[in-house]
Amino acid sequence: MNSVKGIKIAVASGKGGTGKTMVATSLAASLEPEHQIQFLDCDVEAPNGHLFLKPVFDREIPAAIYVPEIDTERCTLCGECVKGCTFHALAKVADQILLFPQLCHGCGSCTLLCPENAIIEQPRKVGVLRQGKTEMGTTYLMGELTVSEPMPTPIIHQLKALSVGSQEITILDSPPGASCAVVETLHDADYVILVTEPTPFGLHDLAQMLGILEKIGLPGGIIVNRAGIGDDQVQQFVRSKCYPILLEIPYQRSIAAGLARGDLLVRISPMYRSVFSALFNHIQVSLGRKADSA
Amino acid sequence: MIIMLSSQGDTLDSQPNPRFGRTPYFIKFDLDQGHWEALQNPAVSQSGGAGVAAAQFLADQGADIVVSGRFGPNAHQALKAANIRMLIFEPGLSTIIKSIDAFKENQLEEII
Repeated sequence: MNSVKGIKIAVASGKGGTGKTMVATSLAASLEPEHQIQFLDCDVEAPNGHLFLKPVFDREIPAAIYVPEIDTERCTLCGECVKGCTFHALAKVADQILLFPQLCHGCGSCTLLCPENAIIEQPRKVGVLRQGKTEMGTTYLMGELTVSEPMPTPIIHQLKALSVGSQEITILDSPPGASCAVVETLHDADYVILVTEPTPFGLHDLAQMLGILEKIGLPGGIIVNRAGIGDDQVQQFVRSKCYPILLEIPYQRSIAAGLARGDLLVRISPMYRSVFSALFNHIQVSLGRKADSA
Repeated sequence: MIIMLSSQGDTLDSQPNPRFGRTPYFIKFDLDQGHWEALQNPAVSQSGGAGVAAAQFLADQGADIVVSGRFGPNAHQALKAANIRMLIFEPGLSTIIKSIDAFKENQLEEII
């Protein structure tokens, strides 16, 4: 057991389906024999890390957003809550205040602004958080947004609040895209692995993600998955950036077939265990958490 | 009676805009007095909740009737609660003024 404390690695991509979960789950599986790990599946709209790491869940917590309920006895229809609502979740029409629950971010501004104390905040369930353990003892956390609910960010926030700071390594499997939900996932990460594919779509979204990392000032590196398809635009683009290519995973039918069965990459191709261990070593060194002994 | 129509531009000869929440302008027309004015839609560049914001704007303007291309579920709910009648543009009519005339002749479809 080495002395690394609380390192958080997020795996993101931009484009969907490039292999975030493949990388995140195999990274976890490669490190769990020697390290204390927690895995957070932050892709709450389509969580699937559990299909690979196969945790046993023993705890289920409802995830809720607190939305306003108007006490019509106290409400004077002054409209301060409506004016203060950035998200237009409230409207004042005829003689009532209308709430549009799916537009409400649960920020609480209306409650603070109401001069009559006529607002009571009520929980509105938007999903569930599940907690469990893998066979090797990794703490597994996942969020699941209820179908038809439009906002993943609050549930990701609650999922992260449930995680334990003292854990040696935290791996966060990010949602696809480059939106608020991704930024919420990356927020307070120590290092970001961006998984891309060598296609114009992969490149386009990688450029967006690198823009985010540069803006937040987060260190990271790139994994090119399905190497061999498409072209070399991704590699050319990355050369002009301060983010290294960490690894290329070739496009292979056997990998695709194994993943479709729910097998981990490190099970399909065991040599990746040492590849991911070396990758983790590289991340520690690049963060100054460990001397370069390799 | 105040009728408001979602419009591409700021004149009576402007093209109707089929989008309610994201229309650049509303033409506000007083059916009793014949006065009219063009108003910029404050909801046009909102990141979310444009339908509700536009409905709130119409309610604040004292609209009785709104004509647009379609109404999303949130806008529909807000407009209904505000007792604003919702009607749909006739696709063949190329200007706002022709749509107002069609309304006067009861030729526009009403959404319940």
